[in-house]
Amino acid sequence: MISNRKFIVMGVLVSALLAGGASFYANSNPDGLEKVAQDIGFIQSAKDNANADSSLADYGLKGIENERLSVGVAGLIGVVATGAISGGLFLLLRRKKPKN
Amino acid sequence: MHIPDGFIDLPTSAIFAAASAGAITYSLVGARKQLDEKSAPLAGLTAVFIFAVQMLNFPVAAGTSGHLLGGALAAVLVGPYAATLALTVVLVMQGFLFADGGLSAIGLNVFNMAVLGVWGGYAVFLLVRKILPKNKSSISIAAATAGLISVPIAAVGFVFQYALGATATFSVSTVLGAMVGTHILIGIGEAIITALTVSAVMASRSDLVFGWENKTSTLEIREQK
Repeated sequence: MISNRKFIVMGVLVSALLAGGASFYANSNPDGLEKVAQDIGFIQSAKDNANADSSLADYGLKGIENERLSVGVAGLIGVVATGAISGGLFLLLRRKKPKN
Repeated sequence: MHIPDGFIDLPTSAIFAAASAGAITYSLVGARKQLDEKSAPLAGLTAVFIFAVQMLNFPVAAGTSGHLLGGALAAVLVGPYAATLALTVVLVMQGFLFADGGLSAIGLNVFNMAVLGVWGGYAVFLLVRKILPKNKSSISIAAATAGLISVPIAAVGFVFQYALGATATFSVSTVLGAMVGTHILIGIGEAIITALTVSAVMASRSDLVFGWENKTSTLEIREQK
């Protein structure tokens, strides 16, 4: 059986490969809600996110021309940021010793 | 599935933000009792993995894509309390860092995906697990069914919010039909990804899987060695 540490490291590596590499091949059609909103017509009521001009908006790092690199770097930043926030939260929440 | 700003009016968004805040508080209390040295890192990894896989939109029908929501998957792996928190972290991050999902709509999105998707998916998982024989492949089948149904459940959450506070005036039944139809298709993708992931974890470290009932006995045997 693989150790806890190895399991977590492998999981993070797989996530980094998916967000940093495979994400370039994601389908770029509108998602279910967006498509329904377009078809029915309420897409017009959508407003831009207040951060729509931020450097990571829409999963691309601004300033990088190469699309593969841009989405890949954005994905990796997302993996690190999600890991930092959720890792910190769950480590704070955990019981220090398993209950007997 | 990420609702942008503007679809739903602010009073309705505020109501769902309050409801989501309540669910998050409840989950914080539950997760605090449940998480230990072994399960806490897995909960963190679950959030990371769901963020990554949510970037991978797959085609579902002509001109439409879908992506994993991950609520059922997270509930099976780390339990519904930690799952609600993991999904909330992902959604807040997506809204603030990647402008995916409106900031005023965060409460709506957390409610649909981190609350309805997680707890609805978990309820389906428990039901299916009860019917099936107690073995490892049943866990994957139950998780897949939970994934499949959790997506239209989250979609109905949106329709409910639309009915209460849409800024547009299209009929609720039209929106309901279109949302459920599309999201059953997306649910098939959700079921496949959920089954593959749960199977992989069951094969390598079944003792880590919250939804695997027999894990306590395996745990004790391991500790006595």
